[in-house]
Amino acid sequence: MNALAVKDLHVYIQGSHILQGVNFEVPANQVTALLGRNGVGKSTTLKAIMALYPSTGSVKLFDKELNGVPTHKIARGGVGYVPEDREIFSTLTVKENLSLAAHAEDPNYELIYSLFPELLSRGAQRAGTLSGGQQQMVAIARPLLNKNQILLVDEPTKGLAPKLVAEVADALALVAHESTMLVVEQNLALVKRIAQFIVVMDQGKVIFEGGPENLHDEKFVHSMLGVSGGHK
Amino acid sequence: MDTFILISITGIGLGALYFLVASGLSLIYGLMGVLNFAHGTFMSVGAYMGLWFSTQVVHTTNTWTFIGALIVGGLGGGLFALIVEQLVITRLYERHIDQALVTVGVALVVGAMLGGWFTNDLRLLPTPTWFINIVKVRGAIIPVDRFLYIGVAALLLVVMLAILKFTRIGLIIRAGVENRHMVTALGINVRLAFSAVFFLGGFAAGVGGVLTAAYQNGVSPLTAGTWLIYGFIVVVVGGMGSIGGSALAAMLIGITKQFANYYIPGLGDFVIVFLLAAVLLTKPQGLLGKVSA
Repeated sequence: MNALAVKDLHVYIQGSHILQGVNFEVPANQVTALLGRNGVGKSTTLKAIMALYPSTGSVKLFDKELNGVPTHKIARGGVGYVPEDREIFSTLTVKENLSLAAHAEDPNYELIYSLFPELLSRGAQRAGTLSGGQQQMVAIARPLLNKNQILLVDEPTKGLAPKLVAEVADALALVAHESTMLVVEQNLALVKRIAQFIVVMDQGKVIFEGGPENLHDEKFVHSMLGVSGGHK
Repeated sequence: MDTFILISITGIGLGALYFLVASGLSLIYGLMGVLNFAHGTFMSVGAYMGLWFSTQVVHTTNTWTFIGALIVGGLGGGLFALIVEQLVITRLYERHIDQALVTVGVALVVGAMLGGWFTNDLRLLPTPTWFINIVKVRGAIIPVDRFLYIGVAALLLVVMLAILKFTRIGLIIRAGVENRHMVTALGINVRLAFSAVFFLGGFAAGVGGVLTAAYQNGVSPLTAGTWLIYGFIVVVVGGMGSIGGSALAAMLIGITKQFANYYIPGLGDFVIVFLLAAVLLTKPQGLLGKVSA
């Protein structure tokens, strides 16, 4: 069963045709990685799913059409979103960042404090003064407070030190047991660890769908992603 | 020394009136990116509502009547702002040039309607008799109404800061000023916050309308434009979306203008424009402003 089905998704930004008919599906209760070179439309795809960019085409969450639904209703409907570059609210405290995101009747603070104990002790600290890794923890923790039908995660390890990459990867691996996830990620080691399915994009279109075992094939990785295998 | 004290306190009093105009403008631009040229009409509507309350509903000029006029003026300004937001602004979100043009249109139409109804002449707003009293502060003779303007502005500043700091809607507004798209991505209908901000801004402008009517000895649709220009200057100097910045800039501009007019008669406005240019060149985001996403 598919949690998410994207069909013929088109996005134009300032006259440029960024997504040119994107089609792919995200199986339920699995982690799907959305891969591709820089600038091929991966982050735009996530933003279009969240209705942060106007788009044409179809995005279905189980049987419910999301295209045309406002962003806040998509989020309330069970689509959690961790944006690229964190986008935490720097002038709010960590606790305020979290309470702003909590809309479930019984927000799961227990889960996020078990994943990121540091957030509990830094509750009163302004989020803008946190390190990059701590800010990423806040960004990942926000949607986890609610019950999600799918979690969209955009480049969670971007710009993090190797030690923090491992910490964030551990957290995502744990979350992956609980939730369907669509992850945009450049770190192929992390993708191999958590993903059961991969979708590769190029020039605004999907060019490959299949299993992550393909990532062990150096030729595949080089031709599809333009890098040698392992950590890009 | 007494001159210095006189100019300082009257400058703070003038700044308090600027703050009442600018606080709503600042929040509305900071959160929604709306350059609201109709904000002056919120002042005018508030002032005329206060005048209506004072002259048609009750016929006394005591302190309670004036407090009632402030509340009615504030509510009138707030409700009118909400109507403008619902009828005009909601249809034009993200279309900033259209918003600016339409709000200019609203200002012109409402100004003309008020002028047609009430004429453009100043209509005297009844004020309590103690308004003409003076107090002596270290030898300086200060009109007592200046302390009222300062007190009302300080009260509204505290109430606004408390709403922003301690309520859920305040949390949404603060986050929205920083990054409104991310607020919606967290499942929050930011338009409810937009409406709340319009009401709050309109309320402050309405109260400001009643107080400026007392300050300039009357209500006229023609005066809102001048106050609005100063409101925009305060917003730019203080920083878009920052209530604290607006308060600081309003005081700075009020005091500077009074001192400039005293020492270089007639050049107060010029000095304020010079101050605005200096801030734009050295700190383009304003004294306490942040860049909104």
